[in-house]
Amino acid sequence: MKTIKIQLLVNNNEYEVSVSPNETLLDILRERLGLTGTKRGCEIGECGACTVVMNGEAVNSCLILAPQADGSKIMTVEGLMRNGEYHPLQQSFLNHDAVHCGFCTPGMLMSAYVLLQQKQNPTETGIKQAIAGNLCRCTGYQQIVEAIGDVGKKGETD
Amino acid sequence: MNNFTYFQPKTLQEAGEMFGKSWHETTALAGGTDLLGLMKDDIEAPRNVVNLKSLPGLNRISYQPGKGLKIGALTSIAKIASHSDINKRYPVLAQAAKQVASPQLRNVGTIGGNICQRPRCWYFRGDFHCLRKGGDICYAVDGKNKYHCVIGGGPCFIVHPSDMAVALLALDAKLTVYSGGKNKTVAIGDFFVLPEKNVRRENILLPGEIVVDIRIQELNNNTKSGYVKFAERGVWDFAVVSVAAVIQKNGNALKKGRVVLGGVAPAPWFEKKISKKLSGLIPSEKNLDEIMKTALVDAEPLAMNEYKLPLAKNLMKRLIGELTA
Ligand SMILES: Cc1cc2nc3c(=O)[nH]c(=O)nc-3n(C[C@H](O)[C@H](O)[C@H](O)COP(=O)(O)OP(=O)(O)OC[C@H]3O[C@@H](n4cnc5c(N)ncnc54)[C@H](O)[C@@H]3O)c2cc1C
Ligand code: SF4
Ligand code: FES
Ligand code: FES
Repeated sequence: MKTIKIQLLVNNNEYEVSVSPNETLLDILRERLGLTGTKRGCEIGECGACTVVMNGEAVNSCLILAPQADGSKIMTVEGLMRNGEYHPLQQSFLNHDAVHCGFCTPGMLMSAYVLLQQKQNPTETGIKQAIAGNLCRCTGYQQIVEAIGDVGKKGETD
Repeated sequence: MNNFTYFQPKTLQEAGEMFGKSWHETTALAGGTDLLGLMKDDIEAPRNVVNLKSLPGLNRISYQPGKGLKIGALTSIAKIASHSDINKRYPVLAQAAKQVASPQLRNVGTIGGNICQRPRCWYFRGDFHCLRKGGDICYAVDGKNKYHCVIGGGPCFIVHPSDMAVALLALDAKLTVYSGGKNKTVAIGDFFVLPEKNVRRENILLPGEIVVDIRIQELNNNTKSGYVKFAERGVWDFAVVSVAAVIQKNGNALKKGRVVLGGVAPAPWFEKKISKKLSGLIPSEKNLDEIMKTALVDAEPLAMNEYKLPLAKNLMKRLIGELTA
């Protein structure tokens, strides 16, 4: 099968990658670009571990065909760091003990990031709705909801 | 996932011409949230994939007072869920959209893909060569059939998985379907097919036919609409039973209404008897209980799903009660 050249802007770096039509965005991020912060979980849209921000929206990268991502702007968990410092969301997750095994964390951070871009100081219900597509097997969610709420309250959204 | 050749048509005509006669050859791709799952599990393995998102202009919503609503087939479910005119004028559609899957899936999944998605029967999705895949038995008949249909089934007993389809049927929507060089209009009530008619496909589309847009008439100001969904989990869970209703009031009585059930049949299920009985009804608790006795009378539940009957009746009663209170 013919490979296809696609262009991606990932965490503000431009990439041109030759992809096979049946590769997913998740495959490209992890295996070609070495951005393994984004996790491979269920691969069928149920767990949210593979969540990235694509053109401003949270998406499951396991269900996006790489050729369909051509020309899009992607942000992964690696893009959260600011000059070697944690993003306020990352710091808040640590402060609230919202990271246990950590497998859900990158996806959770991406869903939380999009939420705070769209809504300043979201309600608890709003937070729960925004992370409804991200499964966590460890924390029971409460610490995660509080961690996101705290950043919202302080208005440190970017 | 099998490999395939990827096409990016620029016009509907180009897209249509990429299809042959068989479904195995070429498949349309919209958001891919259903198709990729099917391809990863080798349930579908097309040689060609046609990206409909490369077609311009099919992801728009337009509402014109007096004329109604038009939604491009490639519009995301998230966009429908948050659209202000849809929330104001067609709450049933916004409420259904908000309950589809998860935020991530709603951002990518389209309304065209949602009504064309394949069933979730676990034998169909698993390693079973059942009737719907061209085999010769239905494993649900004597198998685990808690989530299968209670009416309209045989020889296959799927339920249609789409939330949007249930709302669209209650709204009596019309689809524009591109077919061999021209557009045709298909009433949503004629779009879905029962297994007795075609056990391999859930709708009338032939290879190369593409849903272009969905049109919904203007509702008058006395009309109320809503959607309730019962699922075992709040997110990314398909409806066990759902109800969409669009009801027009006339003083204390009801003028007319359409009630549609999801999760009970291989297609969204228009409840003809209940809908008819709404005309002239005073919606008291007693009257609603009375008409519910006539609901789903032709149902033939399987060994494990009789629970869907009282569930469907209670949900219908609750929704009609709420909309007309
Ligand atoms: C974990 C999970 C949970 C889900 N939960 C729900 C739920 O609760 N409720 C619900 O309703 N759905 C649910 N879904 C299904 C999801 O909403 C649909 O998969 C989505 O809306 C499909 O849209 P898509 O654009 O991604 O379709 P695709 O996957 O691109 O396409 C699906 C099918 O439709 C065909 N198709 C797509 N567009 C057209 C068109 N315009 N004309 C002709 N054929 C077309 C494709 O060829 C394909 O066969 C869930 C899916 C997943 C993975
Ligand atoms: S219900 Fe339909 S899809 Fe499921 S096993 Fe039976 S034939 Fe196959
Ligand atoms: S890996 Fe994508 S949703 Fe689970
Ligand atoms: S911290 Fe382990 S899954 Fe969330």
